[in-house]
Amino acid sequence: METLISRLTASFGMINAWYAMIVGVLIALIAALLGVTLVLKRFSYIGDGLSHVAFGALTVSAVLQMLFHFQLPDDMIIVLPITVIAAILLLRTGQNTKIKGDAAVAMISVGALAIGYLLMNIFKPKSSNVSGDVCSTLFGSVSILTLELKDVIVCGVLTLIILTVFILFYNKIFSITFDEDFAKATGTNAAAYNLLLSVIIAVIIVMAMDLVGSLLISALVIFPALSAMRVCKSFKSVTVCAGITSVCCAFSGMLLAIVAGTPVGSTIVAVDLVVFIIFTLIGIIKKGAKA
Amino acid sequence: MALLTCTNLCLGYDGNEIVHDLNFCVSAGDYLCIVGENGSGKSTLMKTILGLLPPMSGSVVTGDGLKQNEIGYLPQQTAIQKDFPASVREIVYSGFQGKNGLRPFYSARQKQIAAENIRKIGIEALTNRCYRELSGGQQQRVLLARALCATEKMLLLDEPAAGLDPKVTAELYRIIDDLNQRYGITVIMISHDIDAAMRYATHILHIGKQVFFGSKQEFENSETGSRFISLTGGDA
Ligand SMILES: Nc1ncnc2c1ncn2[C@@H]1O[C@H](COP(=O)(O)OP(=O)(O)OP(=O)(O)O)[C@@H](O)[C@H]1O
Ligand SMILES: [Mg+2]
Repeated sequence: METLISRLTASFGMINAWYAMIVGVLIALIAALLGVTLVLKRFSYIGDGLSHVAFGALTVSAVLQMLFHFQLPDDMIIVLPITVIAAILLLRTGQNTKIKGDAAVAMISVGALAIGYLLMNIFKPKSSNVSGDVCSTLFGSVSILTLELKDVIVCGVLTLIILTVFILFYNKIFSITFDEDFAKATGTNAAAYNLLLSVIIAVIIVMAMDLVGSLLISALVIFPALSAMRVCKSFKSVTVCAGITSVCCAFSGMLLAIVAGTPVGSTIVAVDLVVFIIFTLIGIIKKGAKA
Repeated sequence: MALLTCTNLCLGYDGNEIVHDLNFCVSAGDYLCIVGENGSGKSTLMKTILGLLPPMSGSVVTGDGLKQNEIGYLPQQTAIQKDFPASVREIVYSGFQGKNGLRPFYSARQKQIAAENIRKIGIEALTNRCYRELSGGQQQRVLLARALCATEKMLLLDEPAAGLDPKVTAELYRIIDDLNQRYGITVIMISHDIDAAMRYATHILHIGKQVFFGSKQEFENSETGSRFISLTGGDA
């Protein structure tokens, strides 16, 4: 007990642990809010898919820089737009999409990964080693415990913007998620809101991927939404419950990770999983009580 | 000027024509039933009227102060998933979404109208229930209340009674008739139930190999009509 507390206080003496807490909780919050819509639109795996796209884009950027001998100040200049475009293409639903949800995500994800790996092998850019990059897209290139103040500020501002947009467009997001055809027929500009949603999602995923890795971002999108859907009965309560659950899981997961010295991302996912199981049991008991 | 006028309308998907040269119009207060075999293009016509599908040629014109996005709509099969968590109230409110433009929230007036519509349809007791836990008939009524929120003038119903038992079906037809008679809402309904069509409708549109449009009496007296009625057992 003594050592646990001392380890905690020692960690929180470090400013980095605070940064990690803040960023982790913020990303957990917005990922969960949008996760509800994504799960319901059958795009649960979009986090994973888009992070593969980002990996492909990263290799394209590296190869271009090598072939044409120039240096970009930040790879994001290429990676972010490509990922946003991929998100738009994926979420652009409607009458003309012949390949739907899960298959489209899988196709883009596998395709981008393969192209990226192929480019890496053909051109062999000096700057990067392939396995290192694959690993860092999965678990984050910046370790969450080595964040700087700059990262925290960027993350805070983005969260604020996304939260505001989400609240202002909440009713529209509900309409196009629940019944897109009805929304369109009665005059809602579903295409525009889908576009908005895609851009937000792509930005979150690119941002979160760099900080916490695609494994964690996929989990943050899926688990809180599914947990909330076990026990809540309206869209609003599911959204609120997913947000709160996600924040609590991220917070306690990070505490656990610091205390037990386990990897942060996988500890949070483990906590999310446990909460999902608990919520599922509560859901079953509630149903049983009613019957 | 009619509420809705379709002239020389040809419908289809990807260049394949399904319905050729359709002409009809709907005036305020009408109750139009669209009948025809499976696959004859009834739902396609409905999607075209709603602007979800462009016509191959011809035109759909709304008039008399009706805008295309002021048509309430009850789809044949909703793509709504079984596990979607939404309360009845949230769904009924979403009927107003198209009118709200960029305004983020529903107004107090809209919530009041929604409550009235819920009462008209007789689902007050379900307001706080979860949509996915309702029976098929209850779900249809919720979607009807939502459609009412989207319109004051015209309802488009695609086989509203599909899959419902005779009692619930009769109840639903009564509600729709009530909306038409008492509240003056123009109804366009697709139905395979020729009895109900002959009982409630003022006009009939038959599409398929033979196209017919006219009042109920004209339909009964026409060759298409008498054949269709005898074929589908309209003796009740
Ligand atoms: N999305 C689509 N793409 C291509 N063809 C379609 C599409 N939807 C329907 N069709 C075709 O259009 C024709 C008319 O379909 P529609 O759904 O309008 O029939 P319907 O009259 O509503 O039939 P039902 O009574 O079974 O509802 C059918 O032959 C169908 O195969
Ligand atoms: Mg149909």
